[in-house]
Amino acid sequence: MGVARRIIPCLDINAGRVVKGVQFVDIRDAGDPVEIARRYDRAGADELTFLDITASHEERETLVHTVEAVASEVFIPLTVGGGIRSVADVRRMLNAGADKVSINTAAIHEPSLVSDAAARFGSQCIVVAVDAKRSGGTESDPRWEVFTHGGRQPTGLDAVEWARRMADAGAGELLVTSMDRDGTRIGFDNALNRTISEQAGVPLIASGGVGNLQHLVDGVIDGQADAVLAASIFHFGEHTIAEAKAYMADAGIEVR
Amino acid sequence: MIAIIDYGMGNLRSVERALTHVGATSVQVTDDPAVIDAADRVVFPGQGAVRDCMSALHRYELVDVLGRVMQDRPFLGICMGMQALMTRSEENDGVEALGYFAGTVRHFRTLTGGSPRLKIPHMGWNRLSQTRAHPLFAGIDPGTRFYFVHSYYVEPADNAIVQGESDYGAAFAAAIGAANVFATQFHPEKSQAPGLRLLKNFIAWDGEPCN
Repeated sequence: MGVARRIIPCLDINAGRVVKGVQFVDIRDAGDPVEIARRYDRAGADELTFLDITASHEERETLVHTVEAVASEVFIPLTVGGGIRSVADVRRMLNAGADKVSINTAAIHEPSLVSDAAARFGSQCIVVAVDAKRSGGTESDPRWEVFTHGGRQPTGLDAVEWARRMADAGAGELLVTSMDRDGTRIGFDNALNRTISEQAGVPLIASGGVGNLQHLVDGVIDGQADAVLAASIFHFGEHTIAEAKAYMADAGIEVR
Repeated sequence: MIAIIDYGMGNLRSVERALTHVGATSVQVTDDPAVIDAADRVVFPGQGAVRDCMSALHRYELVDVLGRVMQDRPFLGICMGMQALMTRSEENDGVEALGYFAGTVRHFRTLTGGSPRLKIPHMGWNRLSQTRAHPLFAGIDPGTRFYFVHSYYVEPADNAIVQGESDYGAAFAAAIGAANVFATQFHPEKSQAPGLRLLKNFIAWDGEPCN
């Protein structure tokens, strides 16, 4: 097939700093996004995702400067998500140096934002984040619902149907996070990812639940993910990107 | 001075930063035909849809100056900046492009036969097989992976311009070139060390197709 499955470390950013802990052994300042991004870039990460977890307007301005600083040092694709609410927000992040923006809650409140942004900047830079939780269905025929606000607010939308609709609207990629698995370290919800991957027709990034390297393999083989996103297994030095790639290659997965 | 053509589309700063990183001392992102005319080398990047690209080139009155600089100095097209060099594109129900190279830009469905296992856009790191020796490939191993993101691909009328191929369902032209013009479907500015090497080769290139 040719194209390699991607490994994407995800960094949570608050007020210009990486938060939730990133502890490379020999990094002096564990909170500096530029230094951490540069390290992942050199270590063989295929892309980077910044998730803005701030709320205030002032802090968002800081994020623009952070993205600018990182984009000067990092020569792999950079996705910025969190708080993107308008075409103007998309433009601001792209101008700062982001290659893609991830749209989540705003897409639910205003689905035309995805088609407008894709028409304006191209599908290649529009990622739609789908936060899904099991809801109804049966064990053999599960259903998932889209949630917002970190999994607290139900929307009534079927996650698979929603993902397909967003791909049709112009999303070039889907970032699918299982709210059931997020933070559990028991692996991706591969049934969720596989169902969406088979139906949406655009690349899928699996997210939520990675605890070990086998989970990355399962995400690709069982979940049919085109890319796997992980945070803690890399941030705390448990595994390097190179180890993850070697492990995936041993399982027969094409990696860079 | 290297001119990066700004016609209001795409992540131009990434290209500027990458060129600066590999040692370019003077880079200008510009939509001014006079500045482009005065440049020693020209980079034509771009993303998005071809209709917007072509109408922006006309609106900014850049078509003539592009035609001139493609005659006589090192010229690098990237992604949409490669597709726009062809005769026409099937995107947006058919758009006439610059016509520097004979050939058509087609949707990946044409190549993959609509196989649902092949996602569109073609996104990620794919191998580039170097079909010809070219100064821009100096120091880059055959089969090295570069970063791609596109839904349309270039089908040249003459295979002699194909410099590199990649495979996504079937082989397609990932790099083309003739004389002082070179163009890549992948993004060297987003392809880490090998991409930076290609850009470094570009800023040292005298515009001759072979060493």
